[in-house]
Amino acid sequence: MSQIYYFSLFERFWHWSQAILIFGMLITGFEIHGTYQLLGYEQAINLHTLLAWVLIGLWLLALFWHTTTGEWRQYLPSDADSMMSMVKYYLVGIFLGAPHPFHRKRAEKHNPMQRMAYLILTMIISPIIWVSGILYLFYQYWPLIGMSSASLGLVAAVHTIGAFAILSFIPIHLYLTLTTSEEPFGYLREMIVGHESKRG
Amino acid sequence: MCSKNCCTLRLISLIPLLSLLLFTVALPAAEAIIKTTADHTKFDELQQTFKSGPEVTQACLSCHTEASKQIHKTKHWLWKFTHPDTGEELGKQTIVNNFCGAIETNYARCTSCHIGYGWKDNSFDFSAETNVDCLVCHDTTGTYKKFPTGAGHPPYVDKPFPPKSKKIWKAPDLSQVAQRVGKTSRKTCGACHFYGGGGDGIKHGDLDSSMTNPNQALDVHMGTDGLDFACSTCHQKEGHDVSGSRYITQAKDKHGIDIPGRDDNIRSTCESCHGDRPHPVTVNNKLNDHTSKIACTTCHIPTYARGGRPTKTWWDWSTAGRMSNDGKHIKTKDAKGYVNYVTKKGSFEWGENLVPEYAWYSGNIRYKQLDEKIDPNSVVAINTFEGSYDDPDARIWPFKVMRGKQPFDKGNNTLVTTHLFGKDSDAYWKSFDWNRAIKAAMDAGNADYSGEYGFIETTYHWPLAHMVSLKEEALGCESCHAKEGRLSNLSGFYMPGRDNYYWVDLFGWLAVLGTVGGISLHGLGRLLSKSNRR
Repeated sequence: MSQIYYFSLFERFWHWSQAILIFGMLITGFEIHGTYQLLGYEQAINLHTLLAWVLIGLWLLALFWHTTTGEWRQYLPSDADSMMSMVKYYLVGIFLGAPHPFHRKRAEKHNPMQRMAYLILTMIISPIIWVSGILYLFYQYWPLIGMSSASLGLVAAVHTIGAFAILSFIPIHLYLTLTTSEEPFGYLREMIVGHESKRG
Repeated sequence: MCSKNCCTLRLISLIPLLSLLLFTVALPAAEAIIKTTADHTKFDELQQTFKSGPEVTQACLSCHTEASKQIHKTKHWLWKFTHPDTGEELGKQTIVNNFCGAIETNYARCTSCHIGYGWKDNSFDFSAETNVDCLVCHDTTGTYKKFPTGAGHPPYVDKPFPPKSKKIWKAPDLSQVAQRVGKTSRKTCGACHFYGGGGDGIKHGDLDSSMTNPNQALDVHMGTDGLDFACSTCHQKEGHDVSGSRYITQAKDKHGIDIPGRDDNIRSTCESCHGDRPHPVTVNNKLNDHTSKIACTTCHIPTYARGGRPTKTWWDWSTAGRMSNDGKHIKTKDAKGYVNYVTKKGSFEWGENLVPEYAWYSGNIRYKQLDEKIDPNSVVAINTFEGSYDDPDARIWPFKVMRGKQPFDKGNNTLVTTHLFGKDSDAYWKSFDWNRAIKAAMDAGNADYSGEYGFIETTYHWPLAHMVSLKEEALGCESCHAKEGRLSNLSGFYMPGRDNYYWVDLFGWLAVLGTVGGISLHGLGRLLSKSNRR
């Protein structure tokens, strides 16, 4: 019996390169923010800017992939009932050893909460960071787009809020993906080789 | 026999080498001659014994017919500048500073740095062409020096200075000097501009005698081991006028690179040669973006007074006049050997390798006028300037800030001029009586004096533009983009690395900690419940 490949080669490449880029952006970003000194301000700026462009490129690639393959449907919100049952499961059922309320299929590989989390990440948090980041980077050219009286501080604050949102997302993501699979680190294995180790 | 022949052979073989050596030695001299088309030693007009400076000028004018008329229009001559916006009369003639105060009644001493001869009082003839001193700027011999109290004249006989001291100020051979005139140089400009405020390096901080022959590390443009610029390489206009005055500084040159024939050809801004986007483009172009808000000098003059000469940073006139027990003048020096007290002038402090102070600056300086009211309870800014983050013409500039205490009119709450120098008994340096010295100077300038004086602390900002370092020594980002960076005092704008919003950071970190705490508890709960279920 053939195994189900939940994650195509592209998705795995996308996931891990994005993970590395985001970690790099967080490390350099909080140095630019003045939280600590690590690489030196200029190096931090250079790397942050470079990684941003690479990440934007990666995103365009991913956008193309998701639209042409139709995989974008994986991120559409589920109905409220199944969402609620997921919430209940994480708040109660998981402690009582209740069965997982979601039955995974290739066409629906993410549970309702995952779908919602990734949708918020890609459609709300990321755009906030992208838009504020690009404005931040091209601060010099604001007068050309009629933003001469806008506040750099406001843009910086929005960008920072986005960074904190990403930083908060990471521990939750790691916790749930690393500890809730049926076999230990099953999801991690999936994201590396593309499929589960054995058929359940 | 053989050995003799061998010797001769060896000598012969040396001839090409020797001649090459001679040729190379002779080369620089030959080059120096072909740079100019006129050899002044051959001019008939200069084959005479000159008895005074004006006589030399007379001879100069016989060929350079327009030179004095040109000089007469300049600030170098008039010491006067009418501000086009405010209409205020500025310039050395009227401004009160916090060094030796003002030139009123002190002419002969102050005008030893005037580009003329004989400005010893208010009767000086500003229209006399022979009153222009050609030699002080065009001397190439280094022997022509204006006598410190000579109202612009050099000594015509050897004289001691300070008076009665053993230091002899030699009278120059005016014919020799006149026959060897040439272009202005760092040395001729520096003869006055390096010694402003009464001595080497006192006034500016970025101009002192170390700039006569600086190396590149001290000044990348003027370094003799590099570009070897003269002052006039940048400070040049036409007809003896000189660009780059401080009274209206071009704080931001939006014009960029000046091309002869097309542009104004004023080269006294950095941008006129380097353009306004001078840095190589890297992955981020932030250095070039900075040019709209940060003056070039802010990063490229990391410290000033770094040529081995200190600059004066504090001058307290209120302590002047103390005598030793036997009634003699006092002179003390600090640990580094710099004079920190003299009876005539009060107390000083000096500094070397100083970090500039920074301020928004649009180039428009305002000077405290003599009749302007001051607040006796606060530090008085002798000059203030416009500029802020929101001002498109302003940039952040580096300054030397001269601080000190000087006399003021306690009754009228105005600054005062003081009669320091002179042989009369009203002069402070004769009587050490401030009241008389102030009254004499104020009367001479038709200014109102209440008769009651005090001392007030003042500041005087000097924008820095020289001692531009090698680019490797320029400031890096973190000099300012840091919590306690060089610009920590400037407000009105958000600067990454320096600024953050307290609430954003507080809630941000609470959110991060909250999620980590939440998942920890969640995980712990799962572990416990799992072991319970077993």
